[in-house]
Amino acid sequence: MVRNPSNREQFRPADHDAEHFLLTTVVGSYPKPTWLTRTKTLAEDPESSLDERALAEAQDDAARVITHEHERAGLDTVVDGEMRRDEMVEHFAQRIRGYEFNGPVKVWGHNYYDKPSVVSEVEYDDPWLLEEFEFTAGVASRPVKVPITGPYTLARWAFNEAYDSDAALAYDLADLVNEEVHRLVDAGARYVQLDEPALATTPEEHAIVGECLERIVDGVPDEVRICLHVCYGDYSKLYPAINDFPIDEFDVELCNDGYQQIDVFRDPEFEPDLALGVVDVHDAEVESVPEIKANIEEGLKVVSPDRLSVSPDCGVKLLPREVAYRKLSNMVTAAREIESELDAGEIETAAPNAD
Amino acid sequence: MTELVATTPGLFPLPDWAKSDLADLKGRQKADLISGSESNAVVSTYERARAEVVDEQVDADLDRIVEGQLRWDDMLAHPLTVHDGVETDGIARYYDNNNFYRSPRVVGELARSGDVAAELRAASAVIDDAAPLQAVLPGPYSLADLATDAHYGDDREFLSAIADFLAGEVEAFPEHETLFLLEPSLVESPPDDDVADAVPEAISTVAEATDAEVVVHTYFGALGEKTHAHLMDAAVDALGVDLVADDREQTVYNAVEYGITDDVALGVADGQNTLIESAETLRERVEWFTDQVPMTDFETVYVSSNTELFYLPVNRYREKLAALAAAADLEREVSV
Repeated sequence: MVRNPSNREQFRPADHDAEHFLLTTVVGSYPKPTWLTRTKTLAEDPESSLDERALAEAQDDAARVITHEHERAGLDTVVDGEMRRDEMVEHFAQRIRGYEFNGPVKVWGHNYYDKPSVVSEVEYDDPWLLEEFEFTAGVASRPVKVPITGPYTLARWAFNEAYDSDAALAYDLADLVNEEVHRLVDAGARYVQLDEPALATTPEEHAIVGECLERIVDGVPDEVRICLHVCYGDYSKLYPAINDFPIDEFDVELCNDGYQQIDVFRDPEFEPDLALGVVDVHDAEVESVPEIKANIEEGLKVVSPDRLSVSPDCGVKLLPREVAYRKLSNMVTAAREIESELDAGEIETAAPNAD
Repeated sequence: MTELVATTPGLFPLPDWAKSDLADLKGRQKADLISGSESNAVVSTYERARAEVVDEQVDADLDRIVEGQLRWDDMLAHPLTVHDGVETDGIARYYDNNNFYRSPRVVGELARSGDVAAELRAASAVIDDAAPLQAVLPGPYSLADLATDAHYGDDREFLSAIADFLAGEVEAFPEHETLFLLEPSLVESPPDDDVADAVPEAISTVAEATDAEVVVHTYFGALGEKTHAHLMDAAVDALGVDLVADDREQTVYNAVEYGITDDVALGVADGQNTLIESAETLRERVEWFTDQVPMTDFETVYVSSNTELFYLPVNRYREKLAALAAAADLEREVSV
């Protein structure tokens, strides 16, 4: 069952004018500055004078710049845009004992990724994200959200040489995620998002993800907000099963097909908070504020305003940086206008209030 | 006496140098994929890569050499995505994998193209009698299943047109010892009753276009009983089955209940896992099957991976080739 969605109030900024509060956030990734990509290429080139230290400095600078870019866009919770991460499975597999890399494999055409192999029991070694979080929290003036690739995806998007089943591997990984979340919480993190894109392609395996989440939240205090993000797929195969997941918030990608699936979540009643994608990450056209407001109102068909968060559909890293920024900025403006209209009683909500 | 023949269903990973060279030459977007009219630089890059994978198979001592299908950006949909009478729609998921291909939409008559024949001629020249050539094509049912029809208007007619097209391609092939027709769709989206009896007919149409031994190879799990029973009517020399999949007992049941071809291809090495099976393990898997189907005295057993091998990183794909060759060599031409 859901945890404690009321923990969202801690993210309301002190200077928030409106009575209503739509929590504005991001899924995580953001376009890397060109100079960071260039520095990384040079740092990997043995003939270049740039080394690992130069890359680390560039990553710090990029994390600082993008965190501030999120703040400038007006977001209530920010991320460093995942400036230190290359690929969502690789980044974690490099830090978990039990994984090894053998080389790139094809996804489609000439697009590849370093799909790792799990060759022995997975074990927790050094922290995965602690430095990233501490740095971002140190430069941010808003609360920092921590995206973590979920254990089901870390299991399914690897070759499994060591476990009898992908589920057994996912459960062991979930225990490691639990350990990582505890460290992050000790360091001050209050908002953790589990990304499970693999569930979008095999939604019938939702029970495995449910069990993973039970392990992940074990011992995690109620004031820590736990979000689950699942990319675009057939959500009717996940709903209402997700109502039983121990999460505070469920983040969905519905903007890209014009909210055709929004009604899926209306019956039975949606139990966690809803984090709704309100800008499309696969379209470089920047949505206008009125368009985004109409998208936000789709979310009000499912939950009351006090249970609605707004975010882009997914990570925005494939968009041009200027486009990504304008989408976020318009998204925040739209949310603030909706809040004012809610305060003024100008918007009718279909969903019941949580109180 | 059973002869064990070490081979693969083809569709290999590109060598890593070719992955980056071709990405640079062609680009990484949908519009940059193979069209059938490549630049000289792209053609010569594929020639180098083809020579490399042929040499690897010869060095591994495989009994059949495939071309490697390195140009098949769209995997089994390739023969259609490079065809003039076909348009490509969006990117579609390739079976239940984290892989994608351009979905072909057939908008005109499927005349002969000769695209695959040209690849095989190039491979033959490289092999130079080191070992017999094995041709690889999608089976007609899978190719029809991966495509959409905007021309023929009827499922049976479309399947029959695809079969005629493939038969025409086969007729243009250079000399080859074996033809593998890959039919994963028979497992993943089995034919409904309307077309089920047309499937063996379509496969026979392709098979009869060659004098070579024809294997219709199925994977991603066991065939349904009905599909298996229908396949026994196809004019092929061997049925290929997946012995890695969890439901392999069903495959044994099908063979015992409905019979099986005198030659058989056994997918015993996992084409989708980097774990390298020992030669002994692969032989045990062969015997696990043949021992349970005692009424058939198999003449030829093709010892293969279950799936294509492009899912693997290059180092592990090479090790799979070596393991398959070693498995077939353990006791050459001894009854199993």
